[in-house]
Amino acid sequence: MKQYGFYIDTVNCSGCKTCQIACQDKNDLEPGLLWRKVLDIEGGEWKGNDGVFSEYPFAYHISIACNHCNNPLCVHACPTQAMHITDIGTVDIDESKCIGCGYCTWACPYDAPRLDHRKGTMSKCDLCYDKIILGENPSCVDACPMRALDFGEMDDLISKYGKEKNIYPLASSELTDPNITIRKHTNSIIASGNNSIIANREEL
Amino acid sequence: MLNKKEIPVIGTPIDRRSFVKWSSLVTGSLLGPAAFISCDSKTRVTELSASEEKVIRTGCPAHNCGGKCLLKVYVRDGLITRIETDDRQSDDISDPQLRACIRGRSYRKRQYHPDRLKYPLLRTGERGEGKFKRISWDEAYDIMHSRISGVINKYGNSAIHIPYGTGSYTNTNGRWPASRLMNILGGSLGYYNSYSWACINIATPTIFGTLETGNQRQDWLNSKYILMWGWNPAEMKDGTNSEFFIRKARENGARVVCIDPRMSPSAIALADEWIPVRPGTDVAFMSAMAWVIINENLVDTEFVDKHCSGYDRKTMPPGHENEESYKDYILGTRDGIPKTPAWAEKITTIPADTIRRIAMEYATSKPAVLYQGYGMQRRAYGEQVVRAGATLASITGNIGIPGGWASGLANQAGGGPFWTVFPSGSNPVKARIPVYLWTEAVLRGKELGPEHGLRGADKLDNNIKLIWSVASNILVNQHGNINRTIEILKDPDLVEFIAVEDNFMTPSAKFADLVLPACTQFETWGIEDGWKYGDEVLLTPKIVDPPFETKSDYRIAADLSKRFGVYDEFTAGGRNEKDWVAWFVDEIYRKTRFPDMPPFRKFAEGNAGVYVKPVHKPKIALQDFVNDPEANPLNTPTGKIEIFSIDLYKAGQPDEIPPVPKYIREWDNPFDEKARKYPLQAMGHHYNPRVHSTHNNNEWTMNAFPQRVFINPADASERGIEDGDMVSVWNERGAMMLKCRITKRIMPGVIDIPQGAWYDPDENGVDRGGNVNILTSERWTPFAKGNAQHTIMVEIEKA
Repeated sequence: MKQYGFYIDTVNCSGCKTCQIACQDKNDLEPGLLWRKVLDIEGGEWKGNDGVFSEYPFAYHISIACNHCNNPLCVHACPTQAMHITDIGTVDIDESKCIGCGYCTWACPYDAPRLDHRKGTMSKCDLCYDKIILGENPSCVDACPMRALDFGEMDDLISKYGKEKNIYPLASSELTDPNITIRKHTNSIIASGNNSIIANREEL
Repeated sequence: MLNKKEIPVIGTPIDRRSFVKWSSLVTGSLLGPAAFISCDSKTRVTELSASEEKVIRTGCPAHNCGGKCLLKVYVRDGLITRIETDDRQSDDISDPQLRACIRGRSYRKRQYHPDRLKYPLLRTGERGEGKFKRISWDEAYDIMHSRISGVINKYGNSAIHIPYGTGSYTNTNGRWPASRLMNILGGSLGYYNSYSWACINIATPTIFGTLETGNQRQDWLNSKYILMWGWNPAEMKDGTNSEFFIRKARENGARVVCIDPRMSPSAIALADEWIPVRPGTDVAFMSAMAWVIINENLVDTEFVDKHCSGYDRKTMPPGHENEESYKDYILGTRDGIPKTPAWAEKITTIPADTIRRIAMEYATSKPAVLYQGYGMQRRAYGEQVVRAGATLASITGNIGIPGGWASGLANQAGGGPFWTVFPSGSNPVKARIPVYLWTEAVLRGKELGPEHGLRGADKLDNNIKLIWSVASNILVNQHGNINRTIEILKDPDLVEFIAVEDNFMTPSAKFADLVLPACTQFETWGIEDGWKYGDEVLLTPKIVDPPFETKSDYRIAADLSKRFGVYDEFTAGGRNEKDWVAWFVDEIYRKTRFPDMPPFRKFAEGNAGVYVKPVHKPKIALQDFVNDPEANPLNTPTGKIEIFSIDLYKAGQPDEIPPVPKYIREWDNPFDEKARKYPLQAMGHHYNPRVHSTHNNNEWTMNAFPQRVFINPADASERGIEDGDMVSVWNERGAMMLKCRITKRIMPGVIDIPQGAWYDPDENGVDRGGNVNILTSERWTPFAKGNAQHTIMVEIEKA
């Protein structure tokens, strides 16, 4: 079976959130209901003497949605079998079965499933199922002004971009085997253990 | 294969009348639960989509962000249901997709906002109190007619002013129709300059004699080194795709360095290195770079001798041989202060070694680009930074060559864009004020003369008595020192009548006597070309009907022209918005810059939304001059690049308007005694979720990027401030309360309050909206008479 996934280029991501808004518009999501979100990571220190700075902090962005994992913990956690793997390998929610309990959110290391208050059910990225079955890209991918996102079959993405699935501070890919491949911003390599934080938590 | 899925088919037809149920539109969704119907066949989805949905390609509603992007708008039953962007198959560097940003993609939240103005409103309370009653358009036009006529009769046309404003920018929309009508009626007080580019607009020609100093952007791919100096295209959109072109240049081998007090999105995503600089000290950095370049013998002397005036003793213009040359200033020959990296270090906060290294990199990586952003010229002495950057480009010979960059305003080579093609006509009132001095023209217009930058007349014969503001929020929100501005506007003896025409009850509209509800750019015809770069024309067709009693800016002026008996003249024989757009295409664009674009009818029917002239061989600015300066002299007094400006020399104020670019300490700065009381510099950068003040009420964008005071951890901890705290920020002009965000991305000693938030005072006059202009000053720069709003000092504490 084909396995679809995302390529996330954190080198070229400016954190502009056009992907997030394109997703909200496409899926008619309330403000605050984010199926795709963008993390601002900040680390390092301002260092210097006497008003002259010799060392500066660093930052980078990660745009992240549901990773449609091969080992989706959300599916395992769902008590009603609403969360399931679809016939095209995406992870999705059957709203008729969902009771909005939120177990999937607790299980997901990427915080992807979100409660849709309007419907009372959980909700999340469906990889633009309606678009990809027509051969189109998900909305977020075609939105990026920096062309920093891509979509496709994982085999193709890996041969084009490599198979890196880990970046600080995302959870280890061993947990769920996410269908993503990542181009790492150089700053992300020094971020771990360098006083780094997610600086925009209120926006997530 | 699709047996499991509930697909949002958008299938339930929405009753036409439901359009007016704004609340339901706002709470989210046109596609609430009722619109989700179960569907089990791919075929059915496609059929429904095809039969019920219209897709229209259009230019993104223009609010002067710098971008000119393409939207693909889905319309169903008279409602916009979804917005996508450029989907042309090719994304070639010669004609890349014009992908819209967060602002354009979120437009439904502005379009269907419950606070859209719906009817004409007449003030019933005091000015600024926000009390209005609904009136009819007939009454509104009667009032406009009688007040305009009254002021013309009592004072004359020069007492009427249509302020600067960029809230609507598609020719038939915005201030131009009002200008056309007033010009037919005898004119109104004009202005020059802008709130964006006052200093760079005036200073660039003092060096190059032109504003056309930019190569076409594809040429950045030929550059080896790019200094993004105070420039943040990834966020403010200095031309659609500018950030993408920088990405491509970098992939082509260019090293990119970003200099900015703030680690901007561009610093992170576009640059190999970020160097924070203390705001207002860029010229000290540039001067020290020049010192290094001179002392390392890296000056392109052949270029300088042939093309520049005033670099050194040898190249000083005739009659000025004994004045201080640029080299004199840099080496400290006259003032005794060599502008060394060590000298600049304490001023800029940048280590001398770093300054030296950047100077070497820039001077030895030819061809190189030094791209100047605009924030640093909206400061005290903002003229200097423009001239200093251009001087570095000049002494390294980076002008007129592929991969180089002259600096300055940098309208694109090859004619630049049109900006505006709507024929406003000639203004019979010749007097023009510098745009930032409009409050002076209200208070003491008759005292203003050329020394205040007045052009076209020796003095003004009137103070401003009537303001007709169209798509503008400068009356209150965007002008410096809000507390001062609102005192001026509150006094009905000063401005006797204020009309504001807009989509929303903005802070400026609250001070109007009469509010006129304009429709959005999705609701009428318009057209735009590609801003500063301009290789494309974007059509903005009417996509949905204007709701309630809203009308286009053109229709409002046209209806009003009937009251004055000039309808035929105003409408050129009855043209509507679409007729004008057809005329622009067929009579202007096709006959000048875009001869190969299709005629209007074909263009509109084709539903492409955009016509592009691909750039295969980018044009290089100033190339003719550089190749043969004798045959193609510049439009400067000497015909050369004037590092020493004869025009500035003639100004006779060398301390504030030096003929060669100099670092001048700003009037509000962190070095003086006053800084003990207000120790922090405050900047107001152009923020991702807004275009100036437009979109401030857009829930999607503002939820993504809330308005905050951004403060460095060191400054926060010194004051016991924690992330997310409500803080007070104040200085001698005003105060605000707002939540803060602690971030390492702003340098110590500097806070950032992104510009454009809507002024929202509490009962004590403390702004709760986070508008930086409660703190900024009305003081103008010495030569351009431009806004210096970013030059302010403040204090902050936990509220």
